[in-house]
Amino acid sequence: MNLRPPLLEVSSITKTFGGVTALSEVSFAIEPGEIVAIIGENGAGKSTLAKVMSGVHSPDSGFVTVAGSRCEFRNSAEAAEYGISRIPQELELCDSMTVEENLLLGREPLKSMGRLDFPECLKMTRSALEMVDLKIDPHQLVGDLGHGQRQLIAIARALHTSARMLILDEPTATLSPLETQVLLHRLIEMKKSGSAIVMITHRLAEVEEIADRVIVLRDGENVGSLEGKEIQRDAMIRCMVGRDLSPIEPEVSEFGDPRLIVRELMTQDHPEAVSLQVRSGERVAIAGLVGSGRSELLEAIFGLRPRSGHVSVDQCDLSRAGVKESVRAGLALIPEERSSQGLALQRSVSENASLPGLFREAGRFGTLDRHAGAAVAQKIVKELDVRPPRTDIPASDLSGGNQQKIVIGKWLDLNPAVVLLDEPTRGVDVGAREEIHKRIRDLSFSGKSVLFASSEMEEVLSLSHRIIVLSEGKMMGTLVSAETTEEEIMALATGGEIHE
Amino acid sequence: MNKIKGIFAVLLAVMIITAFISPAFLTSYNIENLLRRSALFGILGIGVSFVIMTGGIDLSLGSLVCLVGCLTPWLIIDVGIPAPWVLSGLLLLSLGLGLLHGVLVTKLRLQPFLVTLCGLFIYRGVTRGILSDQTVGFGTSGTVLKSLGNGRIPVTDTFGLPIPLIILVLVALGAGFLLRRTLWGRHLIAIGSNETAARHCGIEVDRVKMGAYAICALLTGIAGLLIVLDTGTAQPSNFGNFYELYAIAAAVLGGCSLRGGEGTVIGVLIGATLVQVLRNAIVLIDGIPEASEFAVIGAVIMIAVITDEVMRRRSGKNKLA
Repeated sequence: MNLRPPLLEVSSITKTFGGVTALSEVSFAIEPGEIVAIIGENGAGKSTLAKVMSGVHSPDSGFVTVAGSRCEFRNSAEAAEYGISRIPQELELCDSMTVEENLLLGREPLKSMGRLDFPECLKMTRSALEMVDLKIDPHQLVGDLGHGQRQLIAIARALHTSARMLILDEPTATLSPLETQVLLHRLIEMKKSGSAIVMITHRLAEVEEIADRVIVLRDGENVGSLEGKEIQRDAMIRCMVGRDLSPIEPEVSEFGDPRLIVRELMTQDHPEAVSLQVRSGERVAIAGLVGSGRSELLEAIFGLRPRSGHVSVDQCDLSRAGVKESVRAGLALIPEERSSQGLALQRSVSENASLPGLFREAGRFGTLDRHAGAAVAQKIVKELDVRPPRTDIPASDLSGGNQQKIVIGKWLDLNPAVVLLDEPTRGVDVGAREEIHKRIRDLSFSGKSVLFASSEMEEVLSLSHRIIVLSEGKMMGTLVSAETTEEEIMALATGGEIHE
Repeated sequence: MNKIKGIFAVLLAVMIITAFISPAFLTSYNIENLLRRSALFGILGIGVSFVIMTGGIDLSLGSLVCLVGCLTPWLIIDVGIPAPWVLSGLLLLSLGLGLLHGVLVTKLRLQPFLVTLCGLFIYRGVTRGILSDQTVGFGTSGTVLKSLGNGRIPVTDTFGLPIPLIILVLVALGAGFLLRRTLWGRHLIAIGSNETAARHCGIEVDRVKMGAYAICALLTGIAGLLIVLDTGTAQPSNFGNFYELYAIAAAVLGGCSLRGGEGTVIGVLIGATLVQVLRNAIVLIDGIPEASEFAVIGAVIMIAVITDEVMRRRSGKNKLA
């Protein structure tokens, strides 16, 4: 039959980072004209695998073979010479430059003396745009384009630079449903014209729709491979988590009085009034697509954004309050961007951990004891099992999951009445994720109110009692978690249109 | 482009207002002088904008003007080295110092602010040390050479085109060509826009950046020469003081983003002219104490930056709606 070697083959790849195994003996192959999806939970090693295939990381052991010859890529440029191109989640585009300039970056056609050949530039741009069937002015600034178009620009650049294999890392994470459909359609066409496509995603519906083969990673190991008819949601989940998902045990929860009350809240991003309540002991999720105003809603409630309407915590009226008053009234916001919003990375764990509560220890004129906050930090490190358990090292030395524990810990130390969390487990490994979920459940058991925003459906469904769905800043409805499905949430999130 | 139109409108407005208040503004003598100064600072502005477009900064420029400006008359008059040797030697020195900045920034990964801050101290200190703070000058000699800085091509009886203006036009055309028509220029802007992306596209980031610092220092050297040829004398302790800030102001007013990746030569020229017109207006208008020059320039830049930010947000909002 087919005696040619596969386009790309990875053989027993192992990769560790500082003692933590990210990939262990992973092997698989991909042929031209094939779409392979790599799935797995957070921290399963998907992105690391993509980076090894594209030369960003070199494996500790094992090797990559392209068209039968063994390659040791030292960087992504070398992988690109073999026709392998990775398109990271954070697109590498120059926003202040035009479509044409971006498409040709690094391979501009020249006349003598380093002069640009403008007619040729335009010709190349047209042919690159044609490859992804994008009709757009080559002189438009890339920064002015939407996510979907930017994604296509990145793909067009890769394809036009003679990529035979594309590795897409979460390409649809920031796309609207329509943009997603356009992209998936393009990928299928590229496959038909002989490209090999590797796609990392956590959206299983997309996998069902376009993948020819699925590679499942769990804790860095290749735990399964599904093909053709086997590619079904249940089978994939079973493989990813290593067991059948037991239905979440209905907790017997008694809710008390509302602790957080929001009435008629409006902001620049929320054109229609949003009203909600979170009762004592209750966990409420905010779901919605990217751009639906999830984070903005939390920030507005917290007092970070200009707003109108009424907010109160435990009968304390915060309608005109800023962040300082909100914190003192018992509101805490644990932000989405750990590194930029949650931590001063260069400062010590101790300084970071004690920051929100520091006002309690300050002297009359704002003076601070040299050891202020040390006790708080010790407590957090111990209670949340931060590893390594040290408070004197810079926060940047901790792993993502442990950083998140510090961020959560420092707020919980204030003993807030209402905890707002934005993407509580983005980018943390499975272990840390479970610990954080447990911690959040404990919060509500102790009578606090929890309101969290998440883009991960599994998290929304498993962690909350109720779900508020936003679409373009408008409240589309409230669902009871135990009685709803992912499809129902998506239908509301996409503006009520019925989705297959 | 809107940014440039906006700053051009501000320039026109300041000129019209000044002309109304002070009859001295539109005299051919004043205009000629203004053109000469705008040209000299335009060269500095273009120089620093190359570095700013990569996302870097050059603070050493005023001190480099001092080094070149003071050593030129000293070497020619006091030491007695032939002028061609002195000029080419000092320009080569400037180029070399720029390359050194570039190497320190790219190879040692030092921050541009720090590298050039050290340059700011060192070049002035060296100049003052060599000359023991003594004023140097050409005296009555070197008339031919001096005409490069203070010369003019007569147009009417009272008005002539300053030679530096012609040099500026050549520099601006060259810089515009480099930025818009060559590979190097496109890569320069790409680096400022997204350095990681540029690196992954196979652009030799370090070499392009070194080039930017070298061009900046070379143009600074040229400006330093022309300025001392215009003034005739130079005092090491204050020659070129704060020129780096005038140049950066010109670049920023002209639409360069300090984050890099944005900027045009024409914008920088308008920015440089605006700064000089403001300085001129402060001298000419009676109500403003001359000593408050910095306050006025600072306020104008602040207003420009705020307006730009507000406009940007507004247009951003429209896009969402």
